[in-house]
Amino acid sequence: MSASSVAAEHAAMADSSVLALPVRGDVWRGRRRTAPVPALPTGHAGLDALLPARGWPVGMLCEILHEGDGVGELRVVMPALAQLARQARPVIWIAPPYQPYAPALDAQGLPPAGQRVIQPDSDRQALWAAEQCLRAGSCAAVLLWPANLSITASRRLQLAAETGRGHGFVFRHRRHLVDASPAPIRLSVRRDHDSIRIHLDKCRGLLAPPAEEIAL
Amino acid sequence: MNMRAPLWACLHLRAPALAAVQRRLASPPSLLAVSDGAENRPWILACSAAASTAGVRPGQSLPAARALCPALKVQRRDPAAERELHELLGAWAYGYSDQVSLELPEAVALEVGGSLKLFRGWPNLERLLREDLARLGLEASLALAPRPRAAWLLARRQDGLVVEDEVRLQQHLDALPIVEAGLAASASAALRAMGFLRLRELAALPRDSLGRRIGPEALAQLDRLYGRAPDPLPRWQPPAHFESTLEFDARPTAIEPLLFALRRLLNELAVVLHARDGGVQHFRLLLLHEDRPVTTVPVGLLRAERDPARLLELTRARLERVALPAPIAGLGLIADALPPFRPAIADLFAQARPDASDWPLLLERLRARLGDGAILEPVVSADHRPERAGTLRALDRDSGIPVASPRTGSASIGHARQLAETRPVWLLPRPVPLRQPPLRIVSGPERLESGWWDGGDVRRDYYVVETREGQRAWAYCPPGRREGWMLHGWFA
Repeated sequence: MSASSVAAEHAAMADSSVLALPVRGDVWRGRRRTAPVPALPTGHAGLDALLPARGWPVGMLCEILHEGDGVGELRVVMPALAQLARQARPVIWIAPPYQPYAPALDAQGLPPAGQRVIQPDSDRQALWAAEQCLRAGSCAAVLLWPANLSITASRRLQLAAETGRGHGFVFRHRRHLVDASPAPIRLSVRRDHDSIRIHLDKCRGLLAPPAEEIAL
Repeated sequence: MNMRAPLWACLHLRAPALAAVQRRLASPPSLLAVSDGAENRPWILACSAAASTAGVRPGQSLPAARALCPALKVQRRDPAAERELHELLGAWAYGYSDQVSLELPEAVALEVGGSLKLFRGWPNLERLLREDLARLGLEASLALAPRPRAAWLLARRQDGLVVEDEVRLQQHLDALPIVEAGLAASASAALRAMGFLRLRELAALPRDSLGRRIGPEALAQLDRLYGRAPDPLPRWQPPAHFESTLEFDARPTAIEPLLFALRRLLNELAVVLHARDGGVQHFRLLLLHEDRPVTTVPVGLLRAERDPARLLELTRARLERVALPAPIAGLGLIADALPPFRPAIADLFAQARPDASDWPLLLERLRARLGDGAILEPVVSADHRPERAGTLRALDRDSGIPVASPRTGSASIGHARQLAETRPVWLLPRPVPLRQPPLRIVSGPERLESGWWDGGDVRRDYYVVETREGQRAWAYCPPGRREGWMLHGWFA
């Protein structure tokens, strides 16, 4: 930014009174739910109501923590991915723990031809691929299963997601909940017999996430 | 239509033997000479400018040249490299004109009369040609004349000569010494013996007696030169493949020092591709070693590319994955097929979503760094055996990303919902025993029995079960039994 434009901005700020400040989009105000962030509906009414953006916010990394496989961790994102399939952009699965099963994907509204599975040799390559895909902005969503995710790596992914204005979902074990993470949204998933329970652990735009779980 | 008379530009290479040898070397020394002649009595064919200042002259014997300049590096003449250089020049000239001839020795002739307007006149075109030559590291003399063979003779005689009309061309030809007229050696010698020096003097001779003296072949040559007989030159067509090699003086053991050589090869390839209006999809990099078989690095792209910068980026990432078995003596690039190049078609309304078109680029970058087999696509097959119904397949061509349409029709929705409940999103590559017997059976059994005809016989009762940890699994037992649980998938 040049000096003159900085000066112009200062002048504009001086002109506006303090009362006008709250109207500005970049001023964060405690409890008020201002939702200027574009978002993708999650496809689950309960979850939409919980998130301040009323859906998965664009350009934000989301951590999904779960204990064990097969507890509905993918069910959380499936409806959103199915919506994204209506764009001619791929959904990227990076280092998934198992093989994404094409007939099941198809049944849940994700055309297999729109999915790309990346199986890198190492965790470093996986993170590199995730960052590239998020930054490029040419992918509908990036799903990542990292073996290890440092805070630095996580921050890089978050910045890449902001640059590419994409959706990034990182799937991790629930024991990582105690680790700090720069991801704006973190939620835990568990299965209680026939229902899938979600607990919002952290969410940008919410002062304190609700303590109770919601059912999908 | 106002058809312009043809005008031919001819570039006559100075010391092509030297240029060809220099081009082969990744870092040519300044004191360089090319030798020719018998193995036991070599002589200097051409030498670099620095060697020339040291006193080395073409025609000297090799020992004499070495005595004058002990630091002189001498390479044998390489006819294959000279042919390669000639072909490269042809490809380059093809970018300016569709009528290119490599028939004239050590020269390229190209018809430019039809495109002078496009290039805004000869002086401008001449500047472009000379700039390109300098970029290719070549020295050549240039002349323009209505006929290619005449242009060639004039270029050899005087650099930059421009003769646009027939009358002036006749004058220039008349003034040409007979020894420089490109006649057969015997005819040229005979005329000199008769005391003729310039072509002008031949014009005064009666045709019959001249024909008797120098033979009908030389007479026909003169006729072609003066335009009294047609002189068609075979048209050069760009080759459908590319092959070039660079040799290293130093023996690099890492990839980094190779990159500038790679850039040079790719730039040459780009010249050829541009001339053909083609692209390259598959090519091979050859890493030459001393006393060791060649390391081949195949590069396969999902669609034809042409831009040298992008090719460099993609090739570089692939090279970095190669483990070098030995120091590298040379780098080669072979492209067997140069398919037509189709630039990515931009959608008129693509501005709303400008990033979707970047996917092929990103994909190539991922493949280059992670390997061709690292990017997979889930595919559905018509088979009842779960492990065959859905597999992952390595991407081998740019299949594009389809746009899904919302499902319509209640029947398909119902079927899909049923399938979503009975088929897991995660499939284990091979079934493993379930650690503990399931807590509860959610649904099942679903008997799958198939494949007796191809040896992959499968008879299983599949269940959706809940484990003690609250996970939902897809597991099977032998038919009719409820033990020996095998885990095959997770309903994630």
